[in-house]
Amino acid sequence: MRTLRNVFLALLTATFLYACSSSSSDDSPSGVTDAFDRGALLENLADNIIIPAFQDLNTKLKTLKTDKDHFIATPDQTNLEALRGSWLTAYKAWQSVEMYNIGKAEALLYGFQMNVYPTSVQEVEDNIANGSYNLSHPENNDAVGFPAVDYLLYGVAADDATIVSKYTDAKYQAYLSEVIDQMQALTETVLNDWTSSYRDTFVSETGNTATSALNKMTNDYVFYFEKGLRANKIGIPAGNFSSTPLPDTVEGLYSKIYSQDLALEALSASFDMFNGKAYATSTTGESFKTYLEYLDRNDLVSKITTQFSDAETQLSGLNANFYEQVNTDNTKMTQAYDALQLLVVSFKVDMLQAFDISVDYVDADGD
Amino acid sequence: MTLKSYFSQNTNAAPLAVFRVLFGLMMCYGMIRFWYHGWIETLYIQPKFHFSYYGFEWVKPLGNYTYLLFIICAVSAIFVAIGLKYRIAIITFFLSFTYIELMDKTTYLNHYYFISLMGFLMIFLPANAQFSVDNLIRKQSYQNIPKWTIDAVKLLLGIVYFYAGLAKLNSDWLFRAMPLKIWLPSKYDLPLIGDTLMHQTWFQYAMSWSGMLYDLAIPFLLLYKRTRGFAFLLVVVFHVFTRVLFPIGMFPFVMIASALIFFDASFHKKIINLIKDLFQNIRPSTLVSTQSKYKFRFKKPIIAFLGLFFVFQLAFPFRYLLYPGELFWTEEGYRFSWRVMLMEKLGMSTFKIVDAKTGNFFYVDNKDFLTPFQEKQMGSQPDFILEYAHYLGDHFTSQGHKNVQVFVESYVALNGRLSAPYIDKTVDLYQEKESFKPKHWILPFNDDIKGL
Repeated sequence: MRTLRNVFLALLTATFLYACSSSSSDDSPSGVTDAFDRGALLENLADNIIIPAFQDLNTKLKTLKTDKDHFIATPDQTNLEALRGSWLTAYKAWQSVEMYNIGKAEALLYGFQMNVYPTSVQEVEDNIANGSYNLSHPENNDAVGFPAVDYLLYGVAADDATIVSKYTDAKYQAYLSEVIDQMQALTETVLNDWTSSYRDTFVSETGNTATSALNKMTNDYVFYFEKGLRANKIGIPAGNFSSTPLPDTVEGLYSKIYSQDLALEALSASFDMFNGKAYATSTTGESFKTYLEYLDRNDLVSKITTQFSDAETQLSGLNANFYEQVNTDNTKMTQAYDALQLLVVSFKVDMLQAFDISVDYVDADGD
Repeated sequence: MTLKSYFSQNTNAAPLAVFRVLFGLMMCYGMIRFWYHGWIETLYIQPKFHFSYYGFEWVKPLGNYTYLLFIICAVSAIFVAIGLKYRIAIITFFLSFTYIELMDKTTYLNHYYFISLMGFLMIFLPANAQFSVDNLIRKQSYQNIPKWTIDAVKLLLGIVYFYAGLAKLNSDWLFRAMPLKIWLPSKYDLPLIGDTLMHQTWFQYAMSWSGMLYDLAIPFLLLYKRTRGFAFLLVVVFHVFTRVLFPIGMFPFVMIASALIFFDASFHKKIINLIKDLFQNIRPSTLVSTQSKYKFRFKKPIIAFLGLFFVFQLAFPFRYLLYPGELFWTEEGYRFSWRVMLMEKLGMSTFKIVDAKTGNFFYVDNKDFLTPFQEKQMGSQPDFILEYAHYLGDHFTSQGHKNVQVFVESYVALNGRLSAPYIDKTVDLYQEKESFKPKHWILPFNDDIKGL
């Protein structure tokens, strides 16, 4: 009976050990940290980058709201220009926020209510004509947000004088007003969630699980760069996913001259996030970059840094108006795309391999 | 001892009977677990497209009947466990299980291959000689069976371990501690060891080397009586540890249970008696006469056939030597060779559909056609890339696109090296055919991994 007893003892011990070590809850911080402090990475992101970016966006949207109220009260060229100015300022700030599709933003589908383009002129005009609509309904995602305001301020008529005169119509006034109010209200909701409760949850979820904040943030960042930046801003208009170029799909189609500005803002926001650079100041903290350095991957850090600088050079060489760029010399657009694509490879292949994070989409055994 | 006298040796049938029971139960549980996790749906029913093994393109999921296939497999496993109509049950199990594995190579795992092989081997073994329902039906059980039948199971297990060990004899594993250097630190959230050991370089090397030594030595340590107890303890500790670290499902438990077959018959008789005691009350009253020796039919042809089977098993993992280039990079001859958790490879492949006449092109969004899991597997494996390229070519041709060419821009990172271009992006993959020949369109690996 001795062998049998020993085998059972071995199995029992093993089961016990296994039970102990697998009882770790998903997202709990362990209190102790190894040489790299992942909590500090999340804190730096939350406190120095994400929350300040949302605060700034919210402030700028409030200004937009005020300027909109002035314009509606007195629709004239001066007020229109002031309103356009604050729209652009807020739109630029938005480029630092779009990648943080986590927490309340994810729950509300915030990004879909803020920046789906091309906006549908048909739906905007239908909504205005009908006078009744639910702006948060997914069907209206392409009739709200910055792109809708772009149309409302630049595209509703052929020239400024006619645009101004449109806003003597109460229906146009109401729609412009509600769209902008909605954008600000949503932003404030997301921001308040961060400052009141989500910040603490976020910084505590340092685990390597499919649902931890660290992994979700990493996945979100990479996804944003691939989809929101590379594909939406450059690839789709350049026709990389269709048989012919689609110049009508550029960001800022109606204002025409800002698509490059917005893309550059987005690129630099992504670079700052990678480097852990604070939103408002030039101080840096723990980041993907320092995490890679800790993992002995300076080679990758310098590769990514170079690729960012190449991508910036490519984007800077484009026409301020991407619609024009696509129609006159689309090759430059596809070259810019290629430069961004190399970064996508570095993120999706090299960086994700280095972090070896549990991905949220593969659910099966390995061997 | 001559070969002839070896094959006429007999031994108690208990170890094989216990092995049969455990194998059947675990396989049944495995099927239920697969269903429970929803994997039948996500892996076999939802995908629009399935990656086939070369030569087995006709094996496809059966829509909702796929569930039936899993039921058949699970029920046959239960029949195997209780030893009811054993021969038919194990054949049914082998066929249904193997069919499941052949449906989509995205899910390829070495341990599924191991189970297919073991199921196949068991078709020829008298695993129902003792402690089976067949004994009750036939009113006949057997004390002894040929010794080689149990040794065959041990040999297959030994090959799995030993070859897994041989595969670790390479410079990445031993001198760069790769891929454990990537995998271990990412387990930082394990209690106790997570943030104390996992990121330590010495620990990563220690794990690499001990893993290699374990795989190479364990078959021999299990064979010798004096080291057997210690070896089994090692088996348990090793597999439980890997189970804690990695998402490897049932494999550790299958291996732990299988290793019991190395123990003496006396040990297995005790297990059988324990189980019999548990079911004391429902003990059938049928009188079963026990014969001392199992009558083996077609003994010679079966021995010859299994001999060939094992020669094949020993040789097949070395087929990679017939291909040029680095095995880890090209993966030509990588599967079915017990290369278990051997490398960290991640790739990204973007397909470009070109009109050969006009030069117009567009890129494919892989998400339109593949599940994330399929996309991940496709990203870094040339045979997946080729098969998918043909699927895309056919798809877009049928959509009315003309003069379709399919190119891929592919980048792969292997064991923590910087990612590098993987496939020649000037080659129209739509014109390339799958075969066992080397794939000339895989770009060379710009580094050197020494060893087996």
